[in-house]
Amino acid sequence: MVTTLARPQPQAAAAPEPDAALTLKAEAKALNFFYGSFRALNNINMPIYDKKVTALIGPSGCGKSTYLRCFNRMHDLYPGNRYEGEIRLYPDNTNLLSAQVDAIEVRMRLSMVFQKPNPFPKSIFENVAYGIRVRGERKQNRISDKVEEALRGAALWDEVKDRLNDLAFNLSGGQQQRLCIARALAADPEIVLFDEPTSALDPIATASIEELISQLKQRVTILIVTHNMQQAARVSDFTAYMYLGEMIEYGRTGDIFIKPKNPQTEAYITGRFG
Amino acid sequence: MERNVEEIRALIARHKVNDHIFAIVGLVCMMIAVIMLLAAFLDLFIDGWSRLSWKFFTSFPSRRAVDAGILSSWVGTALVMLVTMLSAVPLGVAAAIYLEEYGKKNWITDLIEINVTNLAGVPSIIYGLLALGLFVYMLGLGQSILSAGLTLALLILPIVIVSTREALRAVPSSIREAAYALGATRWQMISDHLLPYSRGGILTGVIIGMSRAIGETAPIITIGALTFIAFLPPMPVTASPPFVSFDWLLAPFTVLPIQMFNWVSRPDTAFLANAAAAGVVLIAMTLMMNGLAIYLRYQIRKKIKW
Repeated sequence: MVTTLARPQPQAAAAPEPDAALTLKAEAKALNFFYGSFRALNNINMPIYDKKVTALIGPSGCGKSTYLRCFNRMHDLYPGNRYEGEIRLYPDNTNLLSAQVDAIEVRMRLSMVFQKPNPFPKSIFENVAYGIRVRGERKQNRISDKVEEALRGAALWDEVKDRLNDLAFNLSGGQQQRLCIARALAADPEIVLFDEPTSALDPIATASIEELISQLKQRVTILIVTHNMQQAARVSDFTAYMYLGEMIEYGRTGDIFIKPKNPQTEAYITGRFG
Repeated sequence: MERNVEEIRALIARHKVNDHIFAIVGLVCMMIAVIMLLAAFLDLFIDGWSRLSWKFFTSFPSRRAVDAGILSSWVGTALVMLVTMLSAVPLGVAAAIYLEEYGKKNWITDLIEINVTNLAGVPSIIYGLLALGLFVYMLGLGQSILSAGLTLALLILPIVIVSTREALRAVPSSIREAAYALGATRWQMISDHLLPYSRGGILTGVIIGMSRAIGETAPIITIGALTFIAFLPPMPVTASPPFVSFDWLLAPFTVLPIQMFNWVSRPDTAFLANAAAAGVVLIAMTLMMNGLAIYLRYQIRKKIKW
């Protein structure tokens, strides 16, 4: 029960043991976010490692989607939103939230996959090609090659290669979500942001998306919001537990799920809360 | 509380009486509206039927009712509508895009929004007076097809703006976010996504506006359209270079409603049949435009599901 819990006492999100194989890809530093006067994120500090899957878990309204949407500045689209602090993107050490950095530049580098599949009402091909066209590619054969590569990357090529000109709406829900993943991949992102990508899908489609995410981390850094703890346990390398806009605990997924340090994390993970 | 089945059934029967009464009242109200319209159209059709022939469409007005036709007025109507569409669509769509996508939401845009909606209710003769001063005299466009087209464009601009805004708003925010998330600029999002997906709604608004404009008489009379025109505007294509001519824009003209008005006000009752026939043509043109709107909207909506 939410009401029986005291306000969380956030612990400094201590980075896990230094590991030679880990490279830092991005880092949130003292990040605060405000919807008008409401403080939705409170002093978030968190590393994101290159070519690893980092999962954000927590009960509804804890700010995990809000946090994810800071990374590609989606909050810029609506009035009254304000960021404080930094999200550093490495190796060039750019602050994604800086007013001097154009939100479009940020979105050119980070792709996003949304909660509900949201293909454009265009053909399968045009859906994937859009990000490539926005990046200035004009040569038709280059575009075709990249579309095929992205569809293969999203494990959708074999199902759609004979009907690339069909409307994307004719695909099933799971196929539409993989199409959205292909659309995100075609943009050559450095990080792919997944916002509860399987919450609108059935278990079989969910399994195929999860398998896809596990494959994708060979090539790209992944940050995923999920309401499903088993999903976080299955696909992620690192997990962060959030509650009421604060980062309660961050660590290796194995550690978080087997021996959480914070009693609140333990309560959430064991299903006694949330 | 004791209550037997008989009592419940009696209660339901009493309640259902109101049901039946309203069904009958509603049916009568609906029939009044439909029958009046049908009767008016049928009457027009019967009166004008004898005059509807090929010759009616290819003859200029004449002093003798049997020789008089609507050539100059239907050509005039078609050309005025063309000017109206070409000026109202870009203006209205651009204004709607600005208000919906670029304009910051503050009291100024609220004020503009209320005024745009109210403009749709301004009596059309007011637009006529405005146009007489602005287009005819100040800009010196004269009593021309161009003046009339621009006047009617002003008249239907609020309709186009309001319906375009509604069409843009119907595109879900998830689609906008998808485009933005791929790095699209606002204009790329608008031109690659919003406009193509809201075509159906925009088109419907344009055609509803055009259906209103085609029957407008008061503003056209105000700017001084002639009632008796026995010639056509100059051709837009010429035999000598530069082969295109825009002289037709500045030509005097008449339109169908004015031609009808002229015929109805003649003492010779033989002209009444002409007026009825012209009315049938006008209604047929309006129905055709509405039919086209419904068809196009259906075709476009078929591809889009949300």
